[in-house]
Amino acid sequence: MWLSPSDWQAIVLTCKLASVVTIILLIIGTPIAWWLAKTTSIFKAPVSAVVALPLVLPPTVLGFYLLVAMGPTGVLGGITQALNLGTLAFTFWGLVFASVLYSLPFAVQPIQNAIEAVGDKPVEAALSLGASPFDAFFSVVLPLAKPGFITAAVLCFAHTVGEFGVILMIGGNIPGETRVVSVQIYEHVESLDYTHAHALSAVMIGFSFCVLLLLYLLKPKPLGFASSSIFSGKRRLK
Amino acid sequence: MNSQPQERINAEFCLSYQPGKAKAFSLDVALNIPAQGVTAIFGASGCGKTSLLRCMTGLEKTNSGKFSIGKLVWQDESHFSPVHTRQQGVVFQEASLFDHLTVRGNLQYALKRVSSKNRRGVLTEQATFIDYQHVLDLLGIARLLDQYPASLSGGEKQRVAIARALLTQPRILFMDEPLAALDYKRKQEILPYLEKLSRVFHIPIIYITHSLEEVARLADYLVLMDEGRVVASGELQDILSRVDLPLSFENDLGVVLKAKVVEKDSKWHLMLTEFEGDELWLKDNHLDIGEPLRVRVLAKDVSLSLAPQDSSILNSLPAEVIEVVNDVDDAMSLVRLKIGESILISRVTRRSVDHLALTPTFKVWAQIKSVAILP
Repeated sequence: MWLSPSDWQAIVLTCKLASVVTIILLIIGTPIAWWLAKTTSIFKAPVSAVVALPLVLPPTVLGFYLLVAMGPTGVLGGITQALNLGTLAFTFWGLVFASVLYSLPFAVQPIQNAIEAVGDKPVEAALSLGASPFDAFFSVVLPLAKPGFITAAVLCFAHTVGEFGVILMIGGNIPGETRVVSVQIYEHVESLDYTHAHALSAVMIGFSFCVLLLLYLLKPKPLGFASSSIFSGKRRLK
Repeated sequence: MNSQPQERINAEFCLSYQPGKAKAFSLDVALNIPAQGVTAIFGASGCGKTSLLRCMTGLEKTNSGKFSIGKLVWQDESHFSPVHTRQQGVVFQEASLFDHLTVRGNLQYALKRVSSKNRRGVLTEQATFIDYQHVLDLLGIARLLDQYPASLSGGEKQRVAIARALLTQPRILFMDEPLAALDYKRKQEILPYLEKLSRVFHIPIIYITHSLEEVARLADYLVLMDEGRVVASGELQDILSRVDLPLSFENDLGVVLKAKVVEKDSKWHLMLTEFEGDELWLKDNHLDIGEPLRVRVLAKDVSLSLAPQDSSILNSLPAEVIEVVNDVDDAMSLVRLKIGESILISRVTRRSVDHLALTPTFKVWAQIKSVAILP
């Protein structure tokens, strides 16, 4: 087999990280997306900008600040130490935290677009039929906005798998804890082990292709250029 | 109609939108209308009728507003019932069916939430319980149950939406221009169902429209709105027979008479109908003797003469002039006529008024050139 046991370990770790991050992002991304889709507040634009920040920031910038914040003297470090959790830097959960921030726009924007496309009318119809706002969200908005949620989940997963800069900054290179596939490839190249670097890179290419294929197949209409059109504002999902 | 004859619907709303844009809009309405039959809220687009409906249904939350049906208070100074707790049915302009559910799923959506309300004891006792099968039959949607909304025609969608609203067992049914998005043929297809609604279920219907035809066919009570205010409100026949309302009826100005068929003439394919005051010969519309119908007589179709003339005009009725006023058109006058207990309006030239020396209490013959039968 081309993949070494440590390669497999990296793959398993990557999948675990991406799954946890995706689940957390769907849970916290949905209320943010809902608020952004419905609000008329003056804070809409600033909040949108903050959410989208990871799209333009070099990962090293985000990683650097997170490293400082997570350290023993940082804000986050202070909180986690007060909770007896130690510091998050160079741990799996540190990676989860960083990845959630880094992939937030990939969750929020597709869900926000989908909720905007559903509009107020089905919600008002549901309310008029006796559904509470909570009920209306789960029985009407969620099913109608489903394509947006699937897009968000796929993108979050794929984007987390593809992370490198942030992880290197705050996670380092600890096997089984923070050494994900992208770091493993870097490691192979550093040690001039091109055979394993090739094998793992091929796996990543295959994976990325499958993810994009899935996204295109899920869309009734073509996505245009996938990553850019997702963030181009009002993309109608139906 | 006989369950709560005295109940009234009371609605007071005052709000103003100043979105900073070019069009500021204000709504200042105090309404007291009967809690039975069909009340049409009529006005041109942008007059605030949809805003009023959104306030009444609670979809638009206003700080100062009142809404009550009889003793049932949904909004006043101290209290606001959230939309989903109100026992009301709302039919929107676009059917707003849930695309991810079949017709059956859409109807079940309403039923399930009613039964959960019922368990919580929110529903009040009601004279007529609206039965699932009955609604399906009445609106003719039983064969559509397994289809998805995307495969329905506009008319079918709207019928399903009406059924869905009825199944919430509403104390009141709001309809926001339910026919506006449909073409003429679809409208004609739905109107008979709407007429049945008010007769079959004894719930008040608030019907928003900008179509005078729908008003004439459906309404019992009429509220006229203009620029966010109520211009007039009252019984349909009373409002339509007024000549002092500066409304844009123009060529559509005319009265509605409630009549019933009393005789049929099979030789000439005519039928004799009787209204409060007199009789009219109409084209046989295949109604049975004794059946009620509404007849719309436009002011421009009524001409006046001093003596009954031998002419092609079928209906020439003795009438008394009550009032003569100038029309917005400089050449025309509006003459209000009394025939028995009913009122007719005639739109004639001012020259004719002068020529015939028409003044109140004057006796004339009203010649009705044509009438529209609203079955």
